[in-house]
Parts: sequence; C-alpha cells; structure tokens
Amino acid sequence: MDKFRMIFQFFQSNQESFMSGICGIMALASTQIYSAFDFNCPCLPRYNLAYGLGILLVPPFILFLLGFVLNNNVSMLAEEWRRPQGQRGKDPAVLRYMFCSMAQRAMIAPVVWVSVTLLDGKCITCAFCTLVPVETLGNASHPSLSQGDMKRVLARIPCKEIYDGQELIANEVAVRYLRCISQALGWCFVLLMTMLAFLVRSLRPCFSQAAFLKSRYWSHYIDIERKLFDETCTEHARSFAKVCIQQFFEGMSADLVAAHCHLPRKAPEDAGEATEKLLGITDWDTMNMVLKSWHRCKPPLHLHPPALPSGNGWTGEGQPPVHPPVPRSEMAAYYSWV
Amino acid sequence: MDRFRMIFQYFQSNSESVMNGICGLLTLASIKMYTSIDFSCPCLPQYNMAYGLGIMFVPPIALFLCGLILNRQSLVMLEEWSRPQGHRKKDLAVIRYLCSSIMQRAMVAPAAWIIVTLLDGKCLICAFSSSMDPENFVDFASASPVQVQQLLAKVPCKDEELMRNNTSRKAVSRYLRCWSQALGWSILLILIVAAFLARWLRPCFNQAALLQARHWSNYIDIEQKIFEETCCEHSRLFAHKCILHFFESMRREIELHSFSLSREGEGAEEDQGLLRGITDQDQVNKLLKMWYYEKPPLDVS
Repeated sequence: MDKFRMIFQFFQSNQESFMSGICGIMALASTQIYSAFDFNCPCLPRYNLAYGLGILLVPPFILFLLGFVLNNNVSMLAEEWRRPQGQRGKDPAVLRYMFCSMAQRAMIAPVVWVSVTLLDGKCITCAFCTLVPVETLGNASHPSLSQGDMKRVLARIPCKEIYDGQELIANEVAVRYLRCISQALGWCFVLLMTMLAFLVRSLRPCFSQAAFLKSRYWSHYIDIERKLFDETCTEHARSFAKVCIQQFFEGMSADLVAAHCHLPRKAPEDAGEATEKLLGITDWDTMNMVLKSWHRCKPPLHLHPPALPSGNGWTGEGQPPVHPPVPRSEMAAYYSWV
Repeated sequence: MDRFRMIFQYFQSNSESVMNGICGLLTLASIKMYTSIDFSCPCLPQYNMAYGLGIMFVPPIALFLCGLILNRQSLVMLEEWSRPQGHRKKDLAVIRYLCSSIMQRAMVAPAAWIIVTLLDGKCLICAFSSSMDPENFVDFASASPVQVQQLLAKVPCKDEELMRNNTSRKAVSRYLRCWSQALGWSILLILIVAAFLARWLRPCFNQAALLQARHWSNYIDIEQKIFEETCCEHSRLFAHKCILHFFESMRREIELHSFSLSREGEGAEEDQGLLRGITDQDQVNKLLKMWYYEKPPLDVS
C-alpha cells in the first residue's frame, strides 16, 4: 500500500516528466503506424484526390478519438459534468481545465501523423498529381491532349510502372515538384503547431496563474477522491463478503445442529484455531450440503448483527429472518422520502 | 520502496540533470529526423533556393520552440517573472540566469540540425547550384543563358537523364559540398570554442553573484515541486476525510430511520468496523446513488 502511494505521489508530483513520456510514446506509435501502413495510390483521375486526402485526414481523426477513449479521465470528466449539483457546487473552470488537458494530449498523435504524412510526400503526390503545371514543367513541344486524356495520364504519375506520359512531363520532375511542395507544407505545419503550443504554454502563466492553480488542484482532487472512493468501496465489499459468508456458514452449522436435535458439541479449549475455523462443518455430507446450498440458494445481501441468534429451522432457503416487518416498511418509506 | 524514494529524491534535487537529458534526447531526435526524412531537391530554378534554405532554417526554429516547451524551467521562470511582488522581492538576476540557461539548452538541437545539414551538403547544393558562375564549368559555359539556369538547377538531382554522367555536374556538386562542409566544421569549431571560453572564463567574472543566482533559481524550482507534492498529499487526505464523513453521515441516517437491533458496539470485529454500518444490499445501493446525486460538500471541519 505504501509502495503504491509512493509511486502515485511520484507520478503525481513529477507529472511533467510523466506526461512528456506519454506524449513521446504516442508520437512514436503514430510514426510506427504510418511506416507499417502500405500506401497504394489508385492512379485513377477521380480516386486519387479522395484516397490521398482520406489517408491524410481520416487516421488523425481516428487517433484523436482514440486518444480520448484511452484516457481514463474522460469518464471522470463526464461524471463531473453530468452530476446533479446537490450539496457541492460545480466549477466550470475545473471542467474546462480537465477538457483542455485531455484534448492537448489527444492532439499529439494526429499532429504527428499529419506531419509525417506531409514530410513523406506520398499522399500529396497521389492527391494532387493531376494539378501539376504541365505548361511550366512539361515538354512544350508535345501535341496537346484533351482534358480527360491529360488527367488520365497525369493521374498515373505516382505509379511509375504504368506511367506513359514521359514525353508530356518527366515522371521524376513531377514527383520532385510535388514532394517539394508537400515537404514545404509539412514543415510549415510543424512550425505552426510548435508555435501554437509555445504560445499556449508561455502565455498562460502571465495571465491566469491563480485560477490555473485552483483548477488544477480541484481537478486532481476529484480524481483522487474518485479513486479513494473506489478503494473504500472495494474494502467495504470485501468485508461485506467476508461477514456474509461467515454468517452463511454459521447459519448452516446452527441449522444442522437444530435439525439433528443435539447440542452443539463445544470444542475443547485446547483444540486450536483450525478446529474453530471449521465452523462446525466436519464431514463429507455436511460440506456437500453446504456447497449445494451455496449454489442453489445464495444468502441475501443482508448481514445480521453478530450477537443475534438465528434459531429458525433451515427451510432450504437459507434466509435468516431477523427484522420484524415494521422496520422494513420504514426503510421503504425512507427511500420514497428521498 | 527505498529505490523509489531515491529516484524521487534524485529528480527533486537534480532537475538540471533531467533538463540535460531532455536536451540530449531532442538533439538525437533531430539527427534521426534528418536522416530519416527523404531530402528531395525540386531541381527547378525558382524553387531550389527556397527549398534548400527552408530545410536548413525552418526545422531549427521548430526544434528551438520544442526545446523551450519541454523545459520545465521555462514555466518556472515565467511564473517568477509574472507573479505579483507580495511579500517576496523579485530578483532580476535569478530570472536572467534562468533565461540564459533555458536558451542555452534550447539552442543545442537546432545547432545540431544546422551542422548536420551543412556537413551533409545536400541543402547547400540544392540552394546555391543556380547561383554558380557557369563560366567556370565546361559544359555549362557553352549553353545559352536560359538553358544554363535550367541545367544548373538540375545539378542536385543525380538521377536526371541529362545529368547522370555529366562531369560538370559532379564538379559543381563537389565544389558546393566542399564549401558546405567547410562552413559546417567552422560553425562547429566556433560554437565549441565559445562554449569552452564561456565555461572557463565565467568564474573570473562575478562568481559570487552567479552562485547566488544559481542557488535561488534551484530553490524556486524545488519550492514549486514541493508545493505541488504537498497539494497532492493534502488533496488525498481531504478526499479521505470527505469520504469517511460521507459514510458516517449515511450510517447515521440509516440508524435514524430504521429500528434495527444493531448491537455493533459489543465485540465489534475488525470487519464490522470496516463495514461502517452499511450491511444491506439496499443500503449499499442507496449509498452509491447518494454519492452520484448528492456529493458531500467540500467541508471537513
């Protein structure tokens, strides 16, 4: 427990390093996915643009959503947003802080994908090969083709093996041109994103540092509170289960004793802990009956206080009726009151 | 446990080493990026210069900004600079020290990129091949002015049909590469000499003020880390108390509304204590519903 608390504290207090690590991992994952992906330009006039732009824009969108899905804090944000006010006010600044920090982290993989795609050049070459300026780059002396034919020829630029317009415009010239444009776009995009990140990070302390510290504290608080509540509930469930099962065994043992009409033989004082733990169930038939009863008819989720004797006979349902009906209706009234 | 504590303490007290590590990683990343990105000069008269110089200068700017973003001390410096004075005076020397140390670290990756680019030579060849004097090269001297521009622009592309075995192309290429590498090595030498001199001569000038500035900048950094750590610890305790209060109040409400014969006081086992009086499926459901619909107020007094 102490060790987990230490690790927890370490990550919490060194969150900068932890988050930088996560960002680095996501960026690497994005580059790996891109290099593993087999890019296949269709080399047909109408399909090139759709394919190229699709590969450029659809995976980043998916990666962005994935970034949200994989983030554990999304459910925390949703819960905090939707909960009724009750006795605790809601602070929109805290919700905004949580959303912003999650969105920032989710943006890294898409930005890396778009950058790597643009710097590699294949997507832009595929998407815009029909828009290459043939007048300036191509062979001026070549007899002109119709629009449709020209587009068909140009669309095959990315596919060197089937390109048949070498006299119109050299394949290498067109590919180099498109790649140059693509890399220029890529580097401009990278510069823009870095500048944006830099501005966001450096302007924040100058303007709203106090509000930021407050939002950060309370968003951490909500996270820790949720985890501690889950932990407390788990402990409670453990104790509940333990007592429930113990009472079940005791109930079974007492019922068997009552059914066989002989007094419970008190174990001798020096019998030891092991005999006590047997809870009076000491032979094959009895144990089988206990197991059958556990499977057929689990005890109700209702613990009775330890000192109360349950003298009723075993009706085969294993129910220890303890409370008189009046308090039960009081409980029902309690619920409807709320 | 002890190991974690040691690592924890190491990071706490030695943020300089962490920053140096990040700086080194960024430099390695910049070199790796250069080698993995396929450089392809457009080999067109109007585009060569823009592409070549763009590849040489735009990534360093992005790397510099990255270096500033990833450095924790930049946030510390900005906070120290923009905070209201309050009870604590502001020392400009500390802010200057932080600023210079951040800038020095952020400049390493861009410098590495520029040096690697120059030593490799492709960027300079691409940018300046059109600016060569064609008179010095046999094949280009005999061509018309328009053709010369086209030919010179194609020099960086070795696989061009026209250029494949052209000796003049190789001559231009070699010439520009030689200049590029000379420039690269000179810049490297100048930077290393400057760093060496700065480090050696610094103790001769105002060492006491430097020691003070360094001490207080470390102090501000550590103080902020410990403040965050204390806030975490505090919020943990706060949450713990809040939840215990919540369970208590639920238990009291249940006791108040039911006449159950609870005799929990006598011989309470440890588990009965942990159950906190919630011993029924309905009670547990009620508790969980209350937790969502009516969270307890943030007040544990």
